[in-house]
Amino acid sequence: MEAAGVAAEAQRRSVGRRLADLFHGRPWLQRGSLLAGPIGWLVIGYIGSLVVMLIAAFWGVNALSGEVSRTFSLDNFKEIVETPVYRSVTGRTVGIAAAATLTDALLAFPIAFYMAKVASPRMKGVLVVAILMPLWSFYLVKVYAWRTMLSEGGIINWALDPIGLSGPGFGTAAVWLVESYLWLPFMILPIYAGLERIPNSLLSASEDLGAGPGRTFRRVVLPLAFPAVVAGSIFTFSLTLGDFITPSLVSPETQFIGNVVKANITNNLPLASAFAVVPIVVMTIYLLIARRLGAFEHL
Amino acid sequence: MRTKVRGNPARWAWFVVAGLVAFMLAFAGCGGGDDDDSGDEALSEVGKGEGELDLVAWVGYVEDGSTDPKVDWVTDFEKETGCDVNVKIAGTSDEMVDLMRTGEYDGVSASGNASLRLVEGGDVDPVNTDLVPNYKTVFSDLKDQPYNTVDGTNYGIPHGRGANLLMWNTDEVTADTKSWSVILDPNEASKYKGKISVYDDPIYIADAAVYLKAHNPDLGIDNPYELDEDQFNAAVDLLKQQRPNVGEYWSDALKQISSFTEGDSTVGTTWQYSYFALKGDNQPVAVSPKSQGFVPEEGATGWSDTWMISSEAKHPNCMYEWMNHIIDPETNAKVAAWFGEAPAQSKSCDLFKSLPAAYFASPSHCADYHADDPAFWERVYYWITPVADCGDDRGEECKDYNDWVSAWTEIKG
Repeated sequence: MEAAGVAAEAQRRSVGRRLADLFHGRPWLQRGSLLAGPIGWLVIGYIGSLVVMLIAAFWGVNALSGEVSRTFSLDNFKEIVETPVYRSVTGRTVGIAAAATLTDALLAFPIAFYMAKVASPRMKGVLVVAILMPLWSFYLVKVYAWRTMLSEGGIINWALDPIGLSGPGFGTAAVWLVESYLWLPFMILPIYAGLERIPNSLLSASEDLGAGPGRTFRRVVLPLAFPAVVAGSIFTFSLTLGDFITPSLVSPETQFIGNVVKANITNNLPLASAFAVVPIVVMTIYLLIARRLGAFEHL
Repeated sequence: MRTKVRGNPARWAWFVVAGLVAFMLAFAGCGGGDDDDSGDEALSEVGKGEGELDLVAWVGYVEDGSTDPKVDWVTDFEKETGCDVNVKIAGTSDEMVDLMRTGEYDGVSASGNASLRLVEGGDVDPVNTDLVPNYKTVFSDLKDQPYNTVDGTNYGIPHGRGANLLMWNTDEVTADTKSWSVILDPNEASKYKGKISVYDDPIYIADAAVYLKAHNPDLGIDNPYELDEDQFNAAVDLLKQQRPNVGEYWSDALKQISSFTEGDSTVGTTWQYSYFALKGDNQPVAVSPKSQGFVPEEGATGWSDTWMISSEAKHPNCMYEWMNHIIDPETNAKVAAWFGEAPAQSKSCDLFKSLPAAYFASPSHCADYHADDPAFWERVYYWITPVADCGDDRGEECKDYNDWVSAWTEIKG
C-alpha cells in the first residue's frame, strides 16, 4: 500500500518539479539557458548582421539598377587597395581619431586627477554629474549647436573678431574640435576610476623617498593610470572613427570613412561593405594593442 | 588523444571566428538567382481609396501647410479622397532609389536619373495613363520621353521640369556671373575659395561636361551623360581642380539655405526652392536673369520629374488619385509657382494670375519658365542615368553609373 502511494505521488510530480529535475546536476544546461538570450542576440542580431554585410563585400552590382549581383569577386577589395582616394580618406579619419583621442587624454587627465585625489566627496559627486550631463542631451542637438557656433556669422568668429582672429570655420579642424568635445566624458570617467584605485599611501611613500611632485607623477601615477587612459581612448578613437554625421554638418566638403560608406550604400552596397572592413581591421588592431597594455581591466 | 580544446576559452573563440569566416566565404561564393521582376501590370481601374498614401518627394513638391499655412495642396486632396498623405523628403535621386527599394512607399517624384534605375530594378510598375484624366492635357514634349517610357510602356505622370541654377550672393560676388566659369574656371573659382557650394551627387559630373561642351569643343561632347574615356576624364579633372575651392557639398536644401544665410557659402548650384526661400528672407542673392531663361550662357543640367508608382504599393488607388490631383490645372499651377519650375499641365498657364499671394505667382509664369517652349529645353540637359551604351556610333564605350559614382568619391578626395 505504501509502495502504491509513493508511485502515485511520483506520477503527480508537477511540471515545475520535473523541470527542476532536468536541470539538477547539469550545470552546463543551467548556464547555457541563462546565457542563451544574450548570446543569441549577440550572435544572430549583431554578429549575424555584420557577417551578412561582409558577405556583400564579395559581390558586384548592376550599374543601371543598382541591384546587387551575387557573383563572387575580389574586385571591391582591389579597388579599395589600389585607388588612392580610399587610402587618403582612411588616413585622414585615423588621423582625426588619433588627434581627438590625444586631445581628450590631455584634457581629461587633470580633471580626473582633481576629482580622484583633490576634490572633497561632495565636489566629486557634483563633478561627476556635471561631466555626465552633456551625455543626456541629444547628439544631433550638440553637433548642430557647434555648427551654428562655427559658421561664418557664428559666435566664435564674433568673439575673436576684436582681436583680429577668426575661428576655424567648417573643415577638418572643426571636426577635431567637435569630436574632442563629444567624447570627453568617455575619457574622463575611466581615468577617474583608474586614479581612484591608486592608494594615497603610494604617493606619500614616494614623497618620503625624496621624489618631488613631478617625479612622483611621472614614475608612480602615470604608469599606474596609463591602462585607464588606454581604456578611455578605446571609446574616443572608435567613436570618432565611424562618425559621419559630425563631418557632414561641420565639414561638408571633406570625406571621412563613414561618409564614403554612406555615399556608396545605395549605388554600390558591395563597395561600401568592402570599405567598411577597413575600420573593423583598424579597431581590431587597436583593441589587441589595448589589451596588451592592460586596458581591459579598466573598462 | 583528447585535445585540450575543452578547457581553453580563447581556443573556442578562435574556432567560432574560423567557422564564421569559412561560412562567409562559402556563402559569398554561391551564385544566387536574381529575382526575376515579373513585369507587373498597370492597374486597370481605380477603386476606392485605401485611406493612406506614403510618398517620397523632392522638397517643396508636397506642401501641406507646414512650411507656410497658406501654401497647401495636400489638405484638399486628403478631404476629397480620404487618403492621408505622409511624405518623406529626399535630397538626391540616389536616396530616392534607396527608399523605393524598401517597398515601404507608394510613389515617388523621380527625376530621370532615378526613374530608369527604378524601372530596371523592378521597383516601379507601369502607369495606365487612361486612368489619369488630367494626363491628356499635359504638354506633349513631356509625354513618352526616354526617362519615363520604356519600350512604349509609360511608367509615370510628368510633374514639371526645371534647370539647376547658378546662385550667388550679390554682396560678395561682383565678377561676371553670366557663365558657369565663376565656379568652374580655376582662376575665377579660386577667388571664392571655401565659399563655393556644389550639389553632392555624381550626376554633377554632367555639369562639368556641359561647361566643357561650350568651352572645349575639341572634346566633341554632345550628350553630357554619355561620355567616353577622354570626355569623362576631362570632366573629372575639371571637378578635381574645383575641389580645393569648394566649401560645401550639399544634398539637404535646408542646410544650403542656412549656409548661404550665415555667409558660409556665397556662390554655387541650387534649386529654385532654395533661391525663393532666401529671397523671402531678404538675403542678397541672385540667379541668372529671366532674359537668359534663368540659365547661364552654356546651358545647364536640369530635371524633368515623373510621379511613379511602386511595384509594392500598399495604396495604389490613392496613388492614382494623387497622380491625377498633382497635375490638375490649379494644383500644378500652385506647385510650379511655389517651387519655381515649368508646369507639366498646359491648362495651368491661365491660372497663375489668379493664385493667392502666398504663392508669389507671376501671370507670365509659363512664358518665364518656358513651359510651352520645346526649343528652350534643348539647352537644358535633364538628369538621366548614364549607361555604357552611348546611343550613337561610339557603341558601348561610355562610362556607366558605377564609374560616375567611383569618380565622384575620387573627386571629393
